[in-house]
Formats: sequence, C-alpha cells, structure tokens
Amino acid sequence: MVKRNIAQILVSIDGNTVLSGARKIKTQLITELNKQSLSEQIQVIETGSLGPVNKGVVVGIYPTGEMYGNITEKDIAEFIQERFVKGRAYKKLLLAEKLQPGIDLSDNDSRKTQYYGRIVLDNCGRINPENIEEYIGVGGYEALGVVLKEKAPQEVIQIVKNSGLQGRGGAGFPTGLKWSFAAQAKESPKYVICNADEGEPGTFKDRLIMEGDPHKVLEGMAICGYAIGANAGYIYIRGEYQLSIERLEKAIKDAEKLGLLGKNIFDTGFDFQVKIKIGAGSYVCGEETTLLNSMEGFRGTPRFKPPFPAESGFLAKPTNVNNVETFANIAPIILNGAEWFRKFGTENSPGTKVYAVLGHVNRPGVIEVPMGVTLREIIQDYAGGISSGNFKMTQIGGTAGNILSSKFLDVPLDFQSLKGVGYSLGSGAILIMNESVSVIDFIKCCMKFFVHESCGKCTPCREGTSYVYEILDKISLGEGKADDLETLKLLGENMQEASFCPLGQSAPNSLLDTIKLFPEEYSKLFKKNI
Amino acid sequence: MTIKEIINKYGNKRENLLQILHDIQNQSLQNYISEENVKTLSEKMKIPVSDIKGTASFYTMYSFVPRGKYLIRVCESPPCYLLGAQTIFKAIENKLGIKEGETTKDGLFTLEGTSCLGICGVAPAMMINDEAYGNLNEKKINEILEQIQEKERK
Repeated sequence: MVKRNIAQILVSIDGNTVLSGARKIKTQLITELNKQSLSEQIQVIETGSLGPVNKGVVVGIYPTGEMYGNITEKDIAEFIQERFVKGRAYKKLLLAEKLQPGIDLSDNDSRKTQYYGRIVLDNCGRINPENIEEYIGVGGYEALGVVLKEKAPQEVIQIVKNSGLQGRGGAGFPTGLKWSFAAQAKESPKYVICNADEGEPGTFKDRLIMEGDPHKVLEGMAICGYAIGANAGYIYIRGEYQLSIERLEKAIKDAEKLGLLGKNIFDTGFDFQVKIKIGAGSYVCGEETTLLNSMEGFRGTPRFKPPFPAESGFLAKPTNVNNVETFANIAPIILNGAEWFRKFGTENSPGTKVYAVLGHVNRPGVIEVPMGVTLREIIQDYAGGISSGNFKMTQIGGTAGNILSSKFLDVPLDFQSLKGVGYSLGSGAILIMNESVSVIDFIKCCMKFFVHESCGKCTPCREGTSYVYEILDKISLGEGKADDLETLKLLGENMQEASFCPLGQSAPNSLLDTIKLFPEEYSKLFKKNI
Repeated sequence: MTIKEIINKYGNKRENLLQILHDIQNQSLQNYISEENVKTLSEKMKIPVSDIKGTASFYTMYSFVPRGKYLIRVCESPPCYLLGAQTIFKAIENKLGIKEGETTKDGLFTLEGTSCLGICGVAPAMMINDEAYGNLNEKKINEILEQIQEKERK
C-alpha cells in the first residue's frame, strides 16, 4: 500500500508570484507528480505568500520546510526527481533551508530565540487561504467563539488594552482605547471598518495578509464588532487589489455559509455582516476621515476632528476604523492572552510588525519581526545584506516616512524608540538604497507623488507640495542657489505645522530629513557662480 | 446592464456612487463614463451632474473622455522609480508612439502614469486593465503589447 501525504508542496499564489506564472507551474507540478506516480504521496497546495519577492515562482516543502524559487516549466521534472524520488535538496533553485529565512536560531539574543515567531503571518504560506476548513483547522474562528460565549464586550476590550496592541496603520494609537471610545458611544447602528486602502508607496504587507489569510482579518473584525456593539463591517479596499478582493469575497461567503459571519453567529444571537467597498485610486483615502467621506460616495477630503469617528463616523454613526494588520492581531491575542502577546517586542511597543523590505538588498520580501528589531538586523539577518555597493539611506514608512542614514542603523524599530529620535514607524515599508541613488532625484520623485495625491482642501499642502517640487526641479537642473535650501526648509516646516491632515503634515518629512543628513547633495548642484 | 440595473444592484443611496461608477466604466468598451450616462445617473440617483462629475473627477480611476480599450498604467512611485520606471515609459512610447495621457489612433491603448500599485516586489511594474505585470524591461513590454495586438487582430 502506498503511503499517503508524506509531503506537501506549497505553491505561493500571491500578487507577485502570479505574475511569474505561479498558477501554471502549480498545474504542471500536479501533472508531473501524476506522471511519476507520486500524486498519492505528495499533495500540491495553493497558499499565500511565503515571503520572498522578486524570486519568480516560489514553493515551500512541508514538513521539511525548505523553500525554492525561480521555478520554471523546464525545471519541474528534474525538481520532482531530485527532491522526491532521490530525496535530496534541489540545490539549483534552493532559496532557504527554512520557510522563514534569515533568522539564525543559534543566536544568543534571548529576545530573538525565545520569542521569535509569527502572529499575523502565522498561517500565510501554511494554509490554503481559499479554504475555510484549513483556517478552522489551525484554530480559526475559535477566538470568536470564545468571545461570544464566554466574554462580555468589556472584557474583550480589556484584553486588547492589556495586550498593548497599537494601530498598525502607522500612527500607533492604542487599539483597545480606540475600541473603548466606540463602545461608549450611545448612538446606533455602529460600524467596524477595516482600512485596506494600502496606498503608501513601497507598502504591500496588507495585501499579502489579505491574500494569505483573509479569514483572520474577518475574525478580528467580528470580534471588534462584538466588543463595540456593531453588527455591520466594511472593508474599504483599493481597486487595484484584485486578488485580495476575490479572496475576501470568497472568505465572507464561506464564513456566512458556516454561520461564522452573518446572522446569529454560533447561535448566540450576535449578527455581524461584512461588505466590501472598493476605492477608486486616491492615496489620501487611507486617512481615516477621508476614507469615511469616500465610503459615503463623496470626494476624498479629510474631515475636521473632533468629532472623532468613534462618535460620528460612517453616515455620522459611531465607527471604529483599524488597519488590516491590526485586525489580524486580534484573534491570536484573544486565544493566547495579553501576557503572551507582550512577550513579543518591547515594553512600550509589544507584538510584531510586518514589513515590506525593498530596494538594493539581496532578499527583498515581506517579513514579520518583533518590534524593536534594528534596521541593521533587518538588512543583514532578514534581507540578506546590501545587494550592490554600500548602504546610503533607508526610507522607512513609505513616501510619507522618514529617511534614516547609517547613523540610525542601530535604533530599535518600534513606535517609542523612533519617536525618541523624532521619527515615526509608519506603514511598514522599508526601502533600502545604496550610494548609487541621487538624493535629490529620489526626493523629487517622492514630492511628485504628493503633488499628485494632495486632495487640494488646504493651502499648505496643495500649494506647498507644488512649490517644493518646482524648487527641487530647479536645483536638479543646476539652477538652484544657496538660499533655496532655507526656502525648502521653511516651506516644509510650514506644511508640517499647518496642513489639515496627515498627508500634508508628513509630505515634507523625507525632504527635511535629507536636508539635515545630506546637505552637500543639494549644495553641490547649486549654480557655481552664485 | 443598463444604468438602472446597475443602480438596482447596489441601491440608489449616495454611498454606493463609487461602485456604480466603477461598473458603468467597466462595461464601457472605451474605459470611460459618457456624458449621457452621467445625465441618466443624475436623474435616477437625484444627484446633480456637477456633483457626480466633481466627485468622480477627484479619483484617478474614472475618466470622462474615451480611453483605449486597454488602459496601461505605469507606476511612478519611488520603489519603481529606483528600479527604472522611466525606461518603461520610454519603451511603451517607442512601441506604440504615444506619450503619457495619450491614446493610440486605433483606440486600443491609453498610457497613464499612476501612483503605487502595491506590487513593489516586482518593480518596475504596470497594470493593463485588471492585469498586473512586473519585473519589466523593454523586451518584456514589447512581448506583452504584441500579444494584445495579436489578439485584437483576430
């Protein structure tokens, strides 16, 4: 008798690998296994992202855990022969011995060895995101059951508060506190909104979470609904995220069929319905109040706060808005407890953070690491080092984020520590650049983005972004003069102080950082005779 | 579907306007929302034409002028820029003879620049209608465009 299921090939089907033909490779793997009479023993499973990007089609082998990349049609027969018939690693395409690459577990740093693990991406690359039973099989919807049957809404909020979870959209506001505001609001109905309008350039962690484990996001939203007293949830997602939209739609339908969403969940009388709203191409709609205007069918301009959304949000009703990654943390916190969560990360910023590491590194990709890991560790241990040349700078948190030079390599990346040096953690994008990058060209590109994305509501942002861009353009053409730097600084500081919403307030961050860190990059371009 | 059917699918409340506009544009073969459609929508949803246009023109995904059947959107944001987005524009210009914002004479392609598409892992990247393409270079672009041209010739 043949042994069944001795191994599984996990084919990463996500936005990046699909572009390299992952679906076709998956079919060809199955055909080849059939041909070699191995289909009984080896299963091919679709899964979410395994982490690496820019490595073509990526597959993982379970249970051994090694990972292969850049698989093409002509490799398949040999790959199956080597790996499963002869039983040895297929060296030619081996990416890493372990599914999560980069971490050296023999390291003595206790924080890394003891508490290393994934919370948000735990199931990504392990289960088939389109199969609800697989999610249930790894403990999915258990937290929702526990909450609905055994906990009062107040207790749920208290657990989230105790965990110290902070909003993962960038601002880092304490999630439990935010929930308590919406819970206290008297009006009804109330709404739970998942902000999936991930538009920050260089950020695509939310996309991988939704593609890889959509149910975890839905479960987090339902728990939030119960805690604040809402029966309706919306996911506001950008129009470009086709695969995420499809997977979420399927996930909602499947969950409703099993009574895990919809009416009378777990026979407790609690209703929670989730709907998807699709954005139309506007970066500023990721700002919470702008998102609400857009959801109501209006132009994407920010609202004045107060009233805060907790009091008057979607359709002027109490609303709680959280980021995708924030919601994905909720079920694990409920299941394992606040104390468990606090073992990850630092005292003031507990938990993990999902980053998209990009640019001039050997292993770009999405990683989940404990809060407090330094930039040096991320580049060296996780991203495989600088790919060519020497490190020059990193933009962290996307275009609206800050620029870190080599002197910041050892600052722990967490909300508190970055605040200490005047920076913010931002969206989770880490763009690493070597010396080949011209500071002014890069900043010009960032500013062009803001010129385009400024909503036009307030003057400092609408005019400021254009003025700054014009001056940068002039300098880059060799037409700049010494006092231009002062003008840029003045404009930038005014935008930070006087803009209406976070877009204008953060647009000049990278500009001002580079003027401080690399003034010579600007001055060397000034007109020589002035 | 008629405008009425699309409205019925979502309901005629204001908060469904963006979805309705998406559907109207998607079913037009020229990737746009016509003057006539705006008028019908205005009557059925009781929203002034000026308001619909004011709202829709805020968002980059909608257009009131006819565009190509295939809408090419090339990412211009920093991660793609670092890895050579400018050469992508050049390659498309060379191949199709259109610059950013223009449509080919045969009405097949429109070239647009766009903000981050969220597929930075395979930068430089672009989308053609709903299809995303990454790790682009001139050769790959020519192949992609020729494939579409070939399909349309049949």
